[in-house]
Amino acid sequence: MSLDTDSPERARPEPIQAVPVRHPGRWVAVAVIGVLVAMFVHLLVTNEAFNWSFMVDNMFRPPIMAGVRGSIALLVTSMLIGIVLGILLAIMRLSGNPILRGVAWAYTWFFRAVPRLVLAILFGNLGMLWSRIEFGLPFDRQIGALFGVQDFEARLFGFSATDLLTGFVAGMLALGLSEAAYMAEIVRAGIQSVDEGQTEAAQALGMTQGQILRRIVLPQAMRVIVPPTGNETIAMLKDTSLVAFVPVSTELFFQIRAVGSRTFQVFPMLVAATIWYLLLSSVLLVGQYYLERHFARGSGRAGQARARLRGMAVGGGGAAGGAGGV
Amino acid sequence: MTQASVPAQAGVPAQAGAGPMVRAEQVHKSFGSIEVLKGIDLEVRAGEVCCLLGPSGSGKSTFLRCINHLEKINAGRIWVDGDLIGYRERGGKLHEMREKEVAAQRQAIGMVFQRFNLFPHKTALENVTEAPLLVRREKRAEVRDRAVALLERVGLGDKMSNYPSQLSGGQQQRVAIARALAMQPKLMLFDEPTSALDPELVGEVLDVMKDLARDGMTMIVVTHEIGFAREVGDSLVFIDGGVVVEHGNPREVIANPQHDRTKAFLAKVL
Ligand SMILES: Nc1ncnc2c1ncn2[C@@H]1O[C@H](COP(=O)(O)OP(=O)(O)OP(=O)(O)O)[C@@H](O)[C@H]1O
Ligand SMILES: [Mg+2]
Repeated sequence: MSLDTDSPERARPEPIQAVPVRHPGRWVAVAVIGVLVAMFVHLLVTNEAFNWSFMVDNMFRPPIMAGVRGSIALLVTSMLIGIVLGILLAIMRLSGNPILRGVAWAYTWFFRAVPRLVLAILFGNLGMLWSRIEFGLPFDRQIGALFGVQDFEARLFGFSATDLLTGFVAGMLALGLSEAAYMAEIVRAGIQSVDEGQTEAAQALGMTQGQILRRIVLPQAMRVIVPPTGNETIAMLKDTSLVAFVPVSTELFFQIRAVGSRTFQVFPMLVAATIWYLLLSSVLLVGQYYLERHFARGSGRAGQARARLRGMAVGGGGAAGGAGGV
Repeated sequence: MTQASVPAQAGVPAQAGAGPMVRAEQVHKSFGSIEVLKGIDLEVRAGEVCCLLGPSGSGKSTFLRCINHLEKINAGRIWVDGDLIGYRERGGKLHEMREKEVAAQRQAIGMVFQRFNLFPHKTALENVTEAPLLVRREKRAEVRDRAVALLERVGLGDKMSNYPSQLSGGQQQRVAIARALAMQPKLMLFDEPTSALDPELVGEVLDVMKDLARDGMTMIVVTHEIGFAREVGDSLVFIDGGVVVEHGNPREVIANPQHDRTKAFLAKVL
């Protein structure tokens, strides 16, 4: 009866009221930072070169909004190409077929070695190689010549190369194909992070390799794949500005520079570009947080609750509880 | 690679249902230059509980994995319920089966692993329903009812929506057993199902296995639980160095081992 530990009879020790350790260094740091921030704000407000009113007036004009939409379209399509092709390349890299492995390796080697800016401009000029791009039987003319038929052509359909490789398509291919090389490495690391026992258990249940990859291995690999893919997406958002040099005109940075140079207000428009990219990346960060939370399912006893709390605090950075780094 | 290097076996037309559930003949398996299985012969009748014992590294797990073709054997034959595992025999020649055919054979053979190997991104219920839905494309409602019944049978009716990380080792292993049973196998393989468990959790898993044995399931169990072998086992096979050293009634073998190696091993584990 009197063994109750919460018994009020038992005297509770007095709460500790010690003098906390002082941190004079912190106050010095606060003072220094305060002065620097004040100087920066002063610069922003008083320096004429910023021309804030011009910037705000021009930042949301129709051509720039079209540029924003173009950049987002470029981001989405190139990342889609990158992810799909990257998964394919990763599977090829891990397959037992030495030819597939070699092709995937060579692809990755090429597209990681060439800078994206160079790739983008190169793709923009591919129209110089062929005037038309056609689909049909390969080497049809040569085969025709072999059988004595002059000008034998077996072509199904075709486009004018300059039509197909408009700036947008060239930029999308350059960015997407290059992204695939990086995604392949990320996906490969993710697949390899999944325990062998998972594949064995699935095999023992009668699943085929394709089913195992789709339903068992890739969903688990996602925990390792999603965080770096989020970073890749944000990097890609920034790299869409490279295609301004293809040139792609329906793109944010191209439009910003156009307005800047036409109005001789280069600097305010560069600030506008900075703000636009900040805004768009912040949206991506939020998306990344929710994706990571989704794929952290079942990891760790309190993993989900913890990830939720931590994610809120840091705005998405590394929210997946216990997800191994790559 | 495409043909097992064995002479065609004369006249063993084992028929489904009639013959033994598992029949292994001169099974050889090498990893590189190391021969792990050196000619294992074994027969397990339908409904029999066969316990495999042996020192570490003797090839018990390897043999179990050969039975559902997780490992390719180098020589010999294995039949499960009359079907040759992994190969098709045509005109005295062995042809390697396609991936789909191997997968189909594995559906009838349940396997339970030492480290559970539950799918961590799926709840207990989803772990159990996954294979019937994906592999057999059964109706969702039917699969669900069967899975719920199985989880209740292994005593986890209240843990169905838990993820594996939210379950104890013993509970995870019981889900793993339910997962294997959901494919309605003819044969269950257990590879040291209780070795990774805390001592107080061993009993709950063994109880589920005893229940299965009483129900007439054919089981091959690699285990160090001598008590289980004695109580539930119909036969005991002692493997050492990749060969069957002793094979008999568990109670007799344990009480009165014939071979020195069996004696030495039992002296250590008893
Ligand atoms: N994939 C592999 N590659 C190479 N050697 C292997 C492989 N798998 C098993 N072995 C070897 O085969 C031998 C038998 O292994 P196995 O796992 O079958 O033993 P076991 O009887 O199950 O032992 P334990 O009781 O420790 O589980 C061991 O020497 C092991 O090192
Ligand atoms: Mg083993």
